[in-house]
Amino acid sequence: MSAVAKSTQKKINFTQAVNMAMDEAMAADERVILLGEDIADAQGGGVFTATKGLSAKYGTARVRSTPIAEQAILGAAIGAALVGYRPVAEIMLMNFMTVAMDQIVNHAAKLRFMSGGQTSVPITIRTATGAGAGFGGQHSDMLEAWFAHVPGLKVVMASNPADAKGLLLSCIEDDDPCIFIEHTLAYGVSGTVPPPNYRVPLGAASIAREGTDVSVIGYGPAIAPALALADSLQREGISLEVVDLRTIAPFDQATVLRSVAKTRRAVVVHEAVRAFGVGAEISSCIHEALFSQLRAPVGRVGSAYCPVPFSPPLEKAYLFNRTGLEAAIRKTLTE
Amino acid sequence: MTTANSGAIPREVLLEIYRRATLIRVADEKFQKMISSGQLQILYYSPRGQEILSAALMTAINKNDYLVTTYRGIHDQLAKGIPVRLLWAEFAGKATGTCKGKGGPMHITHPESGVMVTTGIVGAGLPIANGLALASQLEGDGKVTVVCFGDGSTNIGAFHEAMNLAQIWMLPVVFVCQNNLYGEHTPQAMSTGAKELIDRALGYGIKGVQVNGNDAFAMHAAAIEAVARARAGGGPTFIEAKTFRFLGHLLGDDSHYIPTQEMAAAKAADPLPAYRRDLVSRGVDEPVLSAIDAEIGTQVEDAAQYALDSPYPDSREIRFDVLKSEIAL
Repeated sequence: MSAVAKSTQKKINFTQAVNMAMDEAMAADERVILLGEDIADAQGGGVFTATKGLSAKYGTARVRSTPIAEQAILGAAIGAALVGYRPVAEIMLMNFMTVAMDQIVNHAAKLRFMSGGQTSVPITIRTATGAGAGFGGQHSDMLEAWFAHVPGLKVVMASNPADAKGLLLSCIEDDDPCIFIEHTLAYGVSGTVPPPNYRVPLGAASIAREGTDVSVIGYGPAIAPALALADSLQREGISLEVVDLRTIAPFDQATVLRSVAKTRRAVVVHEAVRAFGVGAEISSCIHEALFSQLRAPVGRVGSAYCPVPFSPPLEKAYLFNRTGLEAAIRKTLTE
Repeated sequence: MTTANSGAIPREVLLEIYRRATLIRVADEKFQKMISSGQLQILYYSPRGQEILSAALMTAINKNDYLVTTYRGIHDQLAKGIPVRLLWAEFAGKATGTCKGKGGPMHITHPESGVMVTTGIVGAGLPIANGLALASQLEGDGKVTVVCFGDGSTNIGAFHEAMNLAQIWMLPVVFVCQNNLYGEHTPQAMSTGAKELIDRALGYGIKGVQVNGNDAFAMHAAAIEAVARARAGGGPTFIEAKTFRFLGHLLGDDSHYIPTQEMAAAKAADPLPAYRRDLVSRGVDEPVLSAIDAEIGTQVEDAAQYALDSPYPDSREIRFDVLKSEIAL
């Protein structure tokens, strides 16, 4: 594609990508319904406007503003899903999922298994979160490891608008319960528009950048700094391969191991608190499979072991960052 | 039999209530025997004392109406019509059970009988019942969802969220609180500020009905009315059905926390024998009821034997139904 063609290509931001995915899913299947706080247009089309225009287009029977009652929202989604609907529930912020963990962990995740496959719960839970915006301790947590640890749930996070659209459509169409995490600071990030009917398969990582020296494995907000480092380290002759997991659970073990088998060095990075995080699982998996081939122990980068602080310098001190990631990468090269 | 003094309930329904309540009673006795003899090793929450309630309730709805119930749910499941053999095999953890042995006594599902969820989490069924009812409302299929739970559930958050949502969305759902007066080992007065649980309905603008759940006529009539309201688009009903449990929270619990006189009075008013006497006094011939007793006895023995004879699931079964696709272990 020429530079001119590229520059004239239409761009959309993350919010629009998410909105387009739900729009296409609702147009294609009447059994796709949306539930959540303030999601209908009369209430603003969602606090992040992700559902804007959808109630006008599909009606408030299918785009339902709810009370502030997360158990009621998710219970309604689960019940409707048991008899064939494909509800997309918006839980405004990921911390609010903690008041409805019973519905997610004991019901959405387990009803297929406990019923011996007689029923299933094809719901998608969209939820926003992330530090860096000054939302403080109860509106910013990355809790993906909690959900990844529960058999029966799929956990997904996109790093760019095109993947967001393709992954969300796949979640809505998937027969298992999916948790789709959106980063509050990513909503304004723009990117290329994928074509209609674009799908990103669940469970498939992408190689965001090919390289030969160190594999950097992450998802969501970890991918942009990893790609930036790939550019800057390239000038020193260090070649990073950036693996964007896209689906956190179940993660694409084959792609991760293939990449690390090639580079023989790896760093796993995420915004979530490093301790007991997704990175520990992936790192362990790499060590188990490739121990004798590794040139250095797998590095792990994440945020500090403390609640997300409010004050900007403290929030900055909490958050994982590019400098820490670079240090972890360099460490694998000096071992 | 005269129908003049049996309300509006047709004779065949009265006999069906008797049949289902007897099934619950006989099955319960057999479960107790199998557990005490070591043939079954399960946590068992006996429905003894609540037989009439379920039988009168479930005969007010159709097979394809939805039911959500709770871990003390075998009376509801039997009354809703789950085949006895399949239910028994599931309680025994066998591959032939409703859920291939993967759910067990606290997690019975059988969509063919309308039993969509049995939850082991107090109060958790109510929000899910709303979702089933929402689907029916959107489909316009005329189905009603009945959700059963105990008095203890009325103190947990999910109850309140669900009652509120059902009313604002006018969902075709019937909330049936089987109030057996004790949540685990704690009496209602110690756990609930409201004197009457029916008063909870008022706070949500929900139509509330208080009924003696052990009175088949009253229970059935209340259910018929609530179900009709739901089907007609009139929204949810909260039924507080008063009852009592004779065998404690969990089998083996000696009910030491229940005053002796209270228990004695409840047992003296044992609802199933009372209903049987009532039917006879209304002109039902004794041999008709005895024939039902005999038929149920045979059915229960057959189901228990079926469960014992059935194989356990293959261990590879844990790979299936976690997700839609098989899991690699």
